[in-house]
Amino acid sequence: MDLLEYQGKQLFARHGIPVPSGKPARTVEDAVAAAEEIGYPCVVKAQVQIGGRGKAGGIKVANDRAQVEQHAGAILGMDIRGLTVGEVWIESASEIVSEYYASIVFDRSAKAPLIMLSTKGGMDIEAVADEDPDAIARLHVDPLLGFQDFHGRRLAFEAKVDEDVVRPVGAMLSKLYDAFIAEEATLVEVNPMIVTPERGVKALDAKVTLDDNALYRHPENADLRDPSAEDTQEQMAHERGLIYVKLDGDIGILGNGAGLVMSTLDVVALAGGKPANFLDAGGGSKAEAITSAVEVILSNPKVKAVLFNIFGGITRCDEVAMGLIEAFKQINPTVPFVVRLDGTNDKEGRQLLAEANLPNVHIKSTMDGAAKKVVELAAAS
Amino acid sequence: MSILVDRSTKLVVSGITGREGTFHSLRNRDYGTQVVAGVTPGKGGQDVEGIPVFNTFHDAVQNTGANTAMIFVPPRFAADSILEAEDAGVGLIIAITEGIPAHDELRVFNTIKKNGRSRLVGPNCPGILSPGKATVGIIPASFFKEGNVGVVSRSGTLTYQIGNELARSGFGNSTIVGIGGDPVPGTDFVDVIGLFEADSETDLIVMCGEIGGDAEERAAEFIAASVSKPVLAYIAGFTAPPGKTMGHAGAIVSGSKGTAAAKAEALEAKGVRVGRTPTEVAEVAISLLGAAA
Repeated sequence: MDLLEYQGKQLFARHGIPVPSGKPARTVEDAVAAAEEIGYPCVVKAQVQIGGRGKAGGIKVANDRAQVEQHAGAILGMDIRGLTVGEVWIESASEIVSEYYASIVFDRSAKAPLIMLSTKGGMDIEAVADEDPDAIARLHVDPLLGFQDFHGRRLAFEAKVDEDVVRPVGAMLSKLYDAFIAEEATLVEVNPMIVTPERGVKALDAKVTLDDNALYRHPENADLRDPSAEDTQEQMAHERGLIYVKLDGDIGILGNGAGLVMSTLDVVALAGGKPANFLDAGGGSKAEAITSAVEVILSNPKVKAVLFNIFGGITRCDEVAMGLIEAFKQINPTVPFVVRLDGTNDKEGRQLLAEANLPNVHIKSTMDGAAKKVVELAAAS
Repeated sequence: MSILVDRSTKLVVSGITGREGTFHSLRNRDYGTQVVAGVTPGKGGQDVEGIPVFNTFHDAVQNTGANTAMIFVPPRFAADSILEAEDAGVGLIIAITEGIPAHDELRVFNTIKKNGRSRLVGPNCPGILSPGKATVGIIPASFFKEGNVGVVSRSGTLTYQIGNELARSGFGNSTIVGIGGDPVPGTDFVDVIGLFEADSETDLIVMCGEIGGDAEERAAEFIAASVSKPVLAYIAGFTAPPGKTMGHAGAIVSGSKGTAAAKAEALEAKGVRVGRTPTEVAEVAISLLGAAA
């Protein structure tokens, strides 16, 4: 789960990481009230999970009440690269001497947290990594040992931060590591981490990604999820316990097992089609789960044809067939279906489908043949 | 031969008294695997269809000589259970559980690595099957026959798909190893491919990768440097958009990293043939095996 900037800053503050004081607001009135409390100058920042907010006009400095009103009014409801701004964060403006970069990522390859520090903050770090890789100091921390002060010193000296801020930079990294571990994050990123005129450091931005599998241990973080920000189908699937990812094509996909579903998307694309979604009905899918999955897939109005690709292991093909038959009874779909059933009880499943004689359902025995058929049907409708 | 599990496997199952745990333990036993014990704290002294249940892994190992563990407990108990099996000296630990927190996996991986006495396979994997010998996990064994193709995969159903196409053409497998779809697998492609290279029964190696991480890229380097047997690869997720987790916790393209295209390219650059569909992988495998026969 990705946090909004201000949620990340509030999380940082809980771990003693210096951040500018601020308040979130969903209306112009609340934004003005927040600014009056925080004082001027202050910054009005759009809260959406996407980069390039500044360039899009989503971050503005306000020197008085009228400016807060004007900026909050313009930013709330603004569209930033497809996302509507529903919330702003009002924070006290900071004086910036230098802009650094700091992050901790969950490095799958090294199986250890990776800390990165650079004096080239405030810009796209991937670009810095490409153009000037030596400008980024990197260090893996043994997760069984944890962060030590020397890690902070090594990084600070290697990144060539100003000598008088080596200590506060090290302290900031140590606290970021605490937050990374305690909150079970897979990413904490501060860009920029600023040096203030008082020669301290502060997190001027916050990007935090939390491990979904660990949210049960962090109910306060789990509560930050905003279902209204999710796509309609994804939200619907989430409520039904289905694994669904919306894509931008017109062929609905259902399969069992993440690898097989990914493979199905690829095979459909190779046949010239565009998948509308990823949907993993999971192992041992029962008929009700299948019915419910069909509802989710068809609630996307772009879907022109649907492909079922099932290889039954623990999942029984006859259960899948029963689920589809039930879905037809309940929702009476108008788009064609191609169904490929293979594996456990596949003959029984195909038999059930043949007997039910569902309108516009095509039964195929191979994955490639099924993909070709569904692409044809989608193109024809 | 075969690798990792065979007739000498003596299995202890953590979570054997749960519904799924019981079901799959008995299926493994029906296949011929020696299932010697179960572990459920507080249920020591009971039995599951004749399989004795112990309170701790230590008791189970001491009383039965179990050398392999299968972890079937829910995610919040799984890391602890894996570490307990390791502490009790179980040499091979196969974790089926899906949804273990990433930081738990990090701690488990590094602890096992540091102690250097156990191998972890998984988590979030379907298990290991050596056809005709033994199976540990949830792989539907009836689709596979004995043979000389070693398969290693991050995905369960995709493996079944390819294995089944091979079986229909009369070919079988030495061992099928599901390494799982999580970000921190205990055992990686490189480890398993190394084992297949050394296995006298394996003549061809098939690896099924997917988006996320760089395990496939590292496998490509390893194959070029250390593998003499032919290796075929399949990669799933060419159409996966960046930033979206595709079912498996580890299947995510982060920025421009971990794409299927980059993986396929890395493998092909090292001379590993990459099939475009699961069917094509099976077809190529069949033509290679047919030519050798």
